[in-house]
This record gives sequence, C-alpha cells and structure tokens, in this order.
Amino acid sequence: MGRVVLDHVSKTFDDVAAVDDLSIEVADEEFLVLLGPSGCGKSTALRMIAGLEDPTAGTIVIGDRVVTDVEAKDRDVAMVFQSYALYPHMTVRKNIEFPLRSRKVPAAERDQLVTDAAESLDLGALLERKPAQLSGGQRQRVALARAIVRRPQVFLMDEPLSNLDAKLRVQTRAELVELQRRLKATIVYVTHDQVEAMTMGHRIAVMSNGVLQQVGRPQDVYAKPANLFVARFIGSPPMNTVAGRVVASGNEMFAQLPGGQVPLAPEVSAAVREAGLDEVVIGVRPEDLTFAAPGDGRGVDANVTVVESLGHERHVICRLTDQQIVIVRQDAHDAAPREESATRLVADPAAVHLFDPESGRRLGTDDA
Amino acid sequence: MSVDASPAPALDHARLQRTPEQEVRRQHRRRVLGKVARYALLTFLAIVILFPIYITIVNSLLLPSDITHRPPKLFPTDPQWSSYADAWNQGHMSTYMVNSAIVTVIITLGQVLTAILAGYAFAFLEFPFKRTLFVVFLATLMVPFEVTIVTNVATISNLGLYNSYAGLAVPFLATGFGAFLMRQTFMTLPHDLRDAAALDGYGHWRFLWRVAVPLARPAVAALSVFAFLAAWNQYLWPLLITKDDQYRTVQIGLKQLQQTSIDQVNITFAGAIIAVIPLVILLLFFQRHLVRGLTAGAVKG
Amino acid sequence: MSASTAPGRLVTPAPPPPPTPARRARRRRERGLAYLLLLPALVVFVTFVFWPLVHNVYLGFFRNPPFPGLPSKYVGLDQYKSVLTSQDFFDSVKTTFLFAILTVPIGIVLGLGLAVLAHQQLRGIGVYRTIFSSTVATSVAVAAVIFGTLMSPAVGLLPWLGLDTNPPILQNPDWALIAVALVTVWQTLGLTFILMASGLQSVPDELFEAAEVDGAGAWSRFWHVTLPMMSPTIFFTVVVGTIFAFQSFGQIDILTQGGPLKKTNVLTYYIYDTLQRQSDPGKAAVLAVALFLITLILALAQLRFLERRVSYER
Repeated sequence: MGRVVLDHVSKTFDDVAAVDDLSIEVADEEFLVLLGPSGCGKSTALRMIAGLEDPTAGTIVIGDRVVTDVEAKDRDVAMVFQSYALYPHMTVRKNIEFPLRSRKVPAAERDQLVTDAAESLDLGALLERKPAQLSGGQRQRVALARAIVRRPQVFLMDEPLSNLDAKLRVQTRAELVELQRRLKATIVYVTHDQVEAMTMGHRIAVMSNGVLQQVGRPQDVYAKPANLFVARFIGSPPMNTVAGRVVASGNEMFAQLPGGQVPLAPEVSAAVREAGLDEVVIGVRPEDLTFAAPGDGRGVDANVTVVESLGHERHVICRLTDQQIVIVRQDAHDAAPREESATRLVADPAAVHLFDPESGRRLGTDDA
Repeated sequence: MSVDASPAPALDHARLQRTPEQEVRRQHRRRVLGKVARYALLTFLAIVILFPIYITIVNSLLLPSDITHRPPKLFPTDPQWSSYADAWNQGHMSTYMVNSAIVTVIITLGQVLTAILAGYAFAFLEFPFKRTLFVVFLATLMVPFEVTIVTNVATISNLGLYNSYAGLAVPFLATGFGAFLMRQTFMTLPHDLRDAAALDGYGHWRFLWRVAVPLARPAVAALSVFAFLAAWNQYLWPLLITKDDQYRTVQIGLKQLQQTSIDQVNITFAGAIIAVIPLVILLLFFQRHLVRGLTAGAVKG
Repeated sequence: MSASTAPGRLVTPAPPPPPTPARRARRRRERGLAYLLLLPALVVFVTFVFWPLVHNVYLGFFRNPPFPGLPSKYVGLDQYKSVLTSQDFFDSVKTTFLFAILTVPIGIVLGLGLAVLAHQQLRGIGVYRTIFSSTVATSVAVAAVIFGTLMSPAVGLLPWLGLDTNPPILQNPDWALIAVALVTVWQTLGLTFILMASGLQSVPDELFEAAEVDGAGAWSRFWHVTLPMMSPTIFFTVVVGTIFAFQSFGQIDILTQGGPLKKTNVLTYYIYDTLQRQSDPGKAAVLAVALFLITLILALAQLRFLERRVSYER
C-alpha cells in the first residue's frame, strides 16, 4: 500500500517556518503534485517524506508505517533529484543497480531487475556508459530507472523536468504520466511549473510560504481557486484581478468596477451578502472575457492598448478607466479589436469570482 | 516489456507487524541514541587532539615540583603566571618573537609582491618563452630545500648577511606557489575588464594595482596567510644562518629555551604557548583565508 | 571568419597587416615589462634555487679533508660512488622511507576520518571542525618541544600512562622513530583535516542524499560515494604529504638528533649532521643530490601509478 500521510507537519529553520502545519494525504496509486513558487516549502515537504529532513513537529506515515523517526534508507521510497544525482564514477548499469546492492538482492535477480528497468526506459544501449557521456534527457531517464528498479512504495520527484529543454520537457511529461499508470505507482511530484501540475497530477496541492493553500483536482483548482494566491498562480495568462465594490440593486448584486458593472451568480451574491463585504477583488480569467458588440450596453468600459498575436490565440491588453490592466484572451478566428480603441468588456456571471481583499479568500461555495 | 511482472524485493514484514505505538517509540529512542553516540565520538576525538596543548597550558602554570606530581594535576589550582614572564625575559622569548615577526613580515611582503608581479605577467602579457618560464617557476617547487643549503649558506655569508634579518629573509622572497596562485586568480578575471581599462587609458601598471589586485583580494589574503604561516614556522634555515640570540627566531629560540630550562619545564611549556599564540590569533581571524590558501592546489587537482 | 551569403563558399580572411613600427614598439614594451615583472622572482630563484642545485652537484666532486683548513681534493664521481654505496646511506634512506610510511598513510586515514565525522549536520559541528584543524597553528618545533618534554623521563608522563619503555622512549632504538612519527602525525593532522574537509565540501550533497534514499548505510555511502569522489583530493594529499615527510627535519633535530643508534637518522638530518657537525660539505652535497633525486622519482612514480586510480568527473 503506497499511501503517504503528513499529519500537522512543520519544519522550522531558525525562526522561519519553511513548512507550516501541513496536513495532506496522498492515496495509493495517486499522482499528487506539490505546486508553488520557490521558497514555498514544497521541496522541504518532499525531503521530509524522504527522510532527508526531520520535521520539527508532526507525523509522517508511509503505507501503514509511521516513519517520522525512520532513517531515509529504511523508508522504502525512491527519489528523483532535480540534478539527477547520478554517481559520476559508476556506469549506467551500476547506477541503476546501486539501490539493489544496498538491499543485498542476489546477483541473478538484480541483473534481471536492472535489465527490466533499463528496457522500460529505453536505456538498453547505454548501460555501459558513464553519466558524463549522456545527454540531459538520457541522464534523467537513468535517474528514473534507478528509482523504479526496486519498486518502492512511493516515488518522490523534485522538479525532474526543469533541467530539460522545452521540447524534451513536453515529451517527458507524457512519458511520466504513462509510466505512473503502468507501474500503478504513488508519486509525490514537486514543481513550480503550473502547466506540469495541471497536465500530470491527479490532484494538485498549492503551497505558499509553507502553508497549504488548496488541494484538489486540476480542473477544480482552476475553476474554483480557494484564494487569490491560487487564482493568480494557476492559469496562463493569469486571472485578471481588479479592485472594486459590490452594489445591490433590488435582489440582485453586482460587482462594481470603474467603468461599469458585472452581474454576479446567486451563490456568489449570497456569500458576499453573508460576509457583509463592501470592497472586493473581482477575478475573471482572460478566456472568460469577451468584447461587447457595438450597441450592447452591458459590460465595463475599457481602452485597448496592446494586441499581442500568438498565432493560435490573441492576448488583448486593456486598461480600465482607472488604469488597472485587464487581459482578454481571444481565439485567433475572432475579430481583433483595434489598438487605442475604446470598448466594453463582458463576462458571464458564472465566471466572475469575488475575493475578500483582506484574507484573499474566494467568496462562494467551495467544493474542492 | 512490462515492469510489473517481476516481484519487488522483500521488505521486512516482521517489522511491519509490530503495533505502530511500540515501533514509533523504538524508532525515536534509536534516533536519540544515535545522536548521542555521534556527539560522544566527536567529543572524544576532540579531547584526544587537544590534550597535548591542554596539558602544556596546564603545566606552564604549575610549579616544577607539581609537574612531576603523581597523579598529574589536570587543573592548575594556583596558577603560576611567573613562568610566562620568565620565558619572556630570561628565556629571551621577547627577542625571539620580535625577530620572527620582522623576518616573517619581510618574507610575506616579498612573496606576495613577487607573486603579484609574476602572476600578472603570466596572466595578462604576451612574451616569448612564456610557457617555459612558467614551468621554471613551477620547477622550484620540486627542489627540496636541503639541496640548496650548502650553497645558500655560502652565498649568504659571502654577501655578509650571515646572522642578520636580511640573511634570514632573502632566499625566500619568492615562491613558485605564489606565482601560480596569482596567475590562476588573475586568469579568472573577465578579459573585458582589461580591454575596458585600456580604452579608459589605463596602462598595465595602473591596471594591475587599481583593478586586478583589488579584485583578487581573496587570493592575496589567502597567499599572505599561507606565506606568514610557512615563514613563521621555518626551522632549518634559521638554524643554519643565525648564531646567537640577537637574531634567533622563535622556533630556534624555543629549542634553545628547552635546553636552558631543563629543570624548569614550566618555563619551556610557557615558551611553547607563547610561540603558538600569534598563529592562533591569525587563525581565529583568517581561518577562511587560510583554508583557501591551503586548498588552492588540492581542489583543482 | 565570415561566410558569404552564397552557401559553400567561405571568404578566406585576409592575412594580418605587417606590424607597423608603432605596434612593434608596443609589443617590445610589453615584452620588456613582462621580463621586468618576472625579474625579482627570477633573481631569487636563480640565486637561491637553481644555482645552488647545480653548484651542489659540483660540490659533490670534492672530497673534504678530515681536518678543516686543508684544501679539498677533486675526486670526480668517486665521492658519489663511495657515499651512495655506504651502509650509512642505505640505512638513512631506509629510515626515511620508514618514516614516510609511518606518517603519511596514518595521517590521511585520520584526516579523512575526522573530515567525514565533521561533515555531519549536527548542531555545533563548527566547534569540532575548528578543534580538528587546530594543530595547523603548531609548528614542527612547537610540537617537538611539547612532546619532547612530555615524553622525557624528567616529566615522566608516559610511565604514569603505563607506556613505560626501558630505555625511555626517545632514547629507545626500537621506539624512537615511532615516537617521532607520532608527533609528526599529530602536528600535521590539522592541515590534513583541512585538506580533506575541503575536498569533502566539494562533493555535491545530493549524491550522499541519493545514496541514503537508495538504502546505503553509512559505511556503504563512504565506500561507494565518499572515497571515489574524494580520490583527487586524497591523491594530492598523498603526493604532497610524501614530499613533506621526506623533508622533515625540525622534529628530528629537537627530539632525537638522528639517534639513538642512528635509528632516526633520516636523510635530511644526515645531510645537516654531515654539514654542521662533521664539516664535510662535499659529502653533504652528495647526500642532498640523492635526496633530490629520490624525491623527484617518488613524486613522478606516484603521479604515474596513482593518477590512474583517481576518478575525475566530466
């Protein structure tokens, strides 16, 4: 059983909490991504699971064993380091079989396991080479082979794709997803790249400054971010966040921005009324904004400043009447507005998020 | 080929069957014991290494009669600081220290200066026989000092520098190691710097002292500390080239002190401590530079 | 230099213009400056290193009379032959090698062991590292005086520790060399530790971590990661350490003066003794040449044999 549980785990370095009261459970055969900017504590959390750091507080469970005080070598986890950490003086074969030697696996069995691992990662021809003679992608596969060769309960990966060039990264991403499915492996994967997180994980755990912000499936974290941090971190281009107010007009509530109003969905209205908030932060993803047809009186006044064409899509950068910037994402087939022209921005109420400006929390139902 | 076909290596099932509570407590206990054991080993080794110095300090503060006391006193309950005064005055340690200081400073300045000049030439200038000359510089490291002593004593005497500060310092005013270190350091400076300076009107001399040396400060510091250490600890040459207390350095002086204070070993011990103190101070403040100087050759391989 | 737009046809660069008088003058100035900068060091080297080396070989051709004042006689290679085949010379060389064997391997093992122990992430480890490197502040003379006094029969520390020998250790033909070696190991431990610790620092932490996660215990990590990655540093320390061992002098002079019964008469001391006590510069010169050649051959042999076993990366 390869589940991992962190129960109120904290790690403090000299008064700074790198990880602050983190509680999370990774189910067996799950691919969980720890996502966040540098310094958010994700690598520290991973290293604590591996046993390379001791938690200042909390318990760590792997499988059905409490491992908080167990040494790394006895935890039955495998780790793929960002720099791969291949032993430079050993051949690829010796690198891959190293974990098996430590566990005193008999020679015949060892050779078979190494061959299997090497074949499954297409390394058969490179077994007698040394790491210095391999390309970055090949080295990464050796690191993976070394990890899978002994079938650990859990795989830990620390930004394994960040040293690869862009094209190789896309290819390897898919290969890793496939590998996980094939091995039925439990993987805890650390990255700062939200594209990796969205495409690879069964669930994403977003961290910031040592604190877990939100855990959930990629589409849930995307559509219903728990707070401003998550909303801005996930999505490219990031969600537009604009300061504004809430006004009531009869039974309906509207988000009031400089230059116009946007109607709110019922749950959001209810939440904002309950919170009794007046000033809010309004969030809308660039792809959920459209330009109002001329004559359509809805929407918010804006001025188009720059139109960036990316070939398959278009980013239109606009300024509201108070100079706050809003980006609209358009399909290339849609008509492009002219730069330096006035326009009105429209959004579907279901796509309008409201955030408490003080706590950053999203107002509305949370189901993640 | 499917990877799941072969079975995974066996885990220790016996351990997994124990109840979690017991296991957790056992693990925790083992970890704490492990830490204690490690500190114990480190402390034991530290004591063993420091013991000679410790005993020396202790004995320097005891009366000669107490030193031979059995069991040996491990702590001076009535410290006799007079041994230090005796070593300093009657023992002539004051003279020796001054001599060492003067000679060491001269040698350090000389070595650093010649190293900077030579290093700059090798790093920034083009001239025929450059590679040959560099090999010549490095070759000096291969020649053991003993091969040179016969002739050097004669040379120094003929120059009339026997038993003098100059005689003590002159043969050591340059080292191949220093030139090597400074050359390597200067070569790590970006080339553009030299070009920019040339455009700004800096000739070689000004560039060397206004730009190159300030940027190479860590290496200069490391070399200085290293040269100081080596010069202060010299033994064979001062032995050969000095004949009386007037110019004796602290290393030879210490040997002298040991022989004259044979029945007052506390004075000998005090002298040893006095001889060590300047280096201890040097180390406390310049440990980082010293390490860099010592490892300059090693890490590059 | 640059390719034209038409593929397959390179524009050959024009030959550099002949140096103008101004350029020639500049180059001459640069040359002059270079030699000027090298001059101080070269003067020192020629006067005090190279000339003495050559002259030393020459001095070996002259046999000195037993009584000072009489002229020395040119004997060509005879003195070389007689000195280098004498029993005293063989004994001295044997003693020197023995001394090196006693000090270098032990020093490295201890230095490496201490460095590994001090590499751990424990609180206050910095204090231990300072202590382990502390003997670098001691000189050969200081160490010899301290230990010489402690080991002397007058202070009698050794008998109290139960390590009594008869005669006392520094006058004991069987133990004197070991005692001197011990002092030397202690005195050089600080330096060896610093070298080893630096080498250890340069090994990326991730390699140790990967080995740990892969299930390797402390000994396995040492054998499979630490040692191979540190082989360049160890190699360097062996070569330098051997050269130092062969040039050891101060501790012999203070502790045993080559005795008892010439059991600590390493080559350096033999040279000194021959020069100062016996006033025989000719013989001393021959011995010095022997020392030079032995050191050189040894260093080259080590470079040849050991470098093969060193695993450099990249």
